[in-house]
Amino acid sequence: MMALLAELGRFVLDRLARLGRANLFLLQLLRALSFLFGRPGLLVKQLHAVGVLSLPIILVSGLFVGMVLGLQGYANLVDFGATSSLGTVVALSLIRELGPVLTALLYAGRAGSALTAEIGLMRATEQLASMQMMAVDPFPRVLAPRFLAGCIAVPLLTGIFTATGILGGYLVAVVQLGVDGGSFWAQMQAKVQLFADVANGVLIKSAVFGLVANWIALFEGYQAEPTSEGVSLATTRTVVDTSLAVLGLDFLLTALMFGEW
Amino acid sequence: MLAISTRLNTALPCDDPLVTVHRLSFSRGEHRIFREVDLAIPRGKVTAIMGPSGTGKTTLLRLIGGQIRPDAGRIEVDGICVHQLDRKDLYQLRKRMGVLFQSGALFTDLSVFDNVAFPLREHTRLPEPLIRTLVLMKLEAVGLRGAHALMPAQLSGGMARRVALARAIALDPMMILYDEPFAGQDPISMSVLVQLIRTLNDALGLTSIIVSHDVKETAAIADYLYLISDGQVVEHGTPEDLSRSASPWVDQFMHALPDGPMSFHYPAPPYDTDLLAGTPT
Repeated sequence: MMALLAELGRFVLDRLARLGRANLFLLQLLRALSFLFGRPGLLVKQLHAVGVLSLPIILVSGLFVGMVLGLQGYANLVDFGATSSLGTVVALSLIRELGPVLTALLYAGRAGSALTAEIGLMRATEQLASMQMMAVDPFPRVLAPRFLAGCIAVPLLTGIFTATGILGGYLVAVVQLGVDGGSFWAQMQAKVQLFADVANGVLIKSAVFGLVANWIALFEGYQAEPTSEGVSLATTRTVVDTSLAVLGLDFLLTALMFGEW
Repeated sequence: MLAISTRLNTALPCDDPLVTVHRLSFSRGEHRIFREVDLAIPRGKVTAIMGPSGTGKTTLLRLIGGQIRPDAGRIEVDGICVHQLDRKDLYQLRKRMGVLFQSGALFTDLSVFDNVAFPLREHTRLPEPLIRTLVLMKLEAVGLRGAHALMPAQLSGGMARRVALARAIALDPMMILYDEPFAGQDPISMSVLVQLIRTLNDALGLTSIIVSHDVKETAAIADYLYLISDGQVVEHGTPEDLSRSASPWVDQFMHALPDGPMSFHYPAPPYDTDLLAGTPT
């Protein structure tokens, strides 16, 4: 019994220590951001790596998610003669929930895991150590550009995912199933609000998810054991932890933004 | 038990060393790596720190470079106590040190040229044409000017280490730390590196510290040798002194003899007990 309690205590202390290290890591990252004013080229390069190269998966996923929403929405609304509301259903689902959440999950799988593996391998191959021995701090030079680029990329990718999803919903509903195009767009325009929906969902939620996803990815990479097994474990942890954090935070943010309690 | 040299801690090789290690102790968890070690690295010379694998030679380099802090003792580089510096001053000191890592540690997303230019671009405001000239000069010194456009993945192990060497001398440091520079090299690459280290040391007026267990190659270019084992300096002297040492341990190490005080086997229970036990002990 005592051994079990001791084990539990060790586990909790270990987790708390890790959380403390993660917070210190975030502070160091935020402090290092000012360095990028003098080196915008570093940011642009990383924006390409985490943002532009994530576009294919975001575009394809957004299109299919929107098409599925169009099909499912139509199948349910047609019984009530409410297919004219399909545009609203598709848009609100994407803007409030699916856009930010799915983009963050896809980002964690595509770019977050790549960031962890890249930083973990830089550690394993002594690239970060050699940088430090050349009197160059890896925080501003390596980590901060990746962090800021990721934080900028996720909201932009969310916007693109959402827009593509709405287009997918339009293709299925209007072009394929014959819903009236005018009412599809008019209902959407009438019901979707700029601040309550777009700003909360596409901007605030995705900004929070972007910060968390990139923080976890870089922290896991930086803390990874410098072995192939260590990097592999860190990459897995990035995807799992980011997914859980995004889903948990989504509930919290949804309750704060849209809950009536 | 190792025979500790009677000269230990008493007869260091110079009066004005560039690096001084005084009563250094360092542990990793329960494992004690160094016990009150004393070293003095003379200026302008090639000094080798040698010993069997796992004796903490690389750890010693990391201690000298300020990457880790000792549990006790002092490490001074050019009169400055390394582990008492704050980060800003430590980085200033590191600008005067070059390190050649065992793996080369080239940045894989940068070309050979950009790797060598990296410290110049980070620490100087030199115009790009001048940086180009300097980089090509450094690459010429290691015989790889023609490879400046290649990426690290396109280099052989020996070439990667030579590029890393060019990068290490980019800022004209006062000393270079070499971590196992000959490990895993083919004979030609090895002899090229051996020659390069000596030539660069003499031509640029550097102080070189080589950590290695390649006895023949290292002894061929070193002015002074330290042999480390079991957390202590076992012997030190010129290569000629050590090759004539009366210590059986030094004799075994310097002449790569299979039999001697250093056992081939890791400490273990008796062989027959282990085999008959049925399960690993």
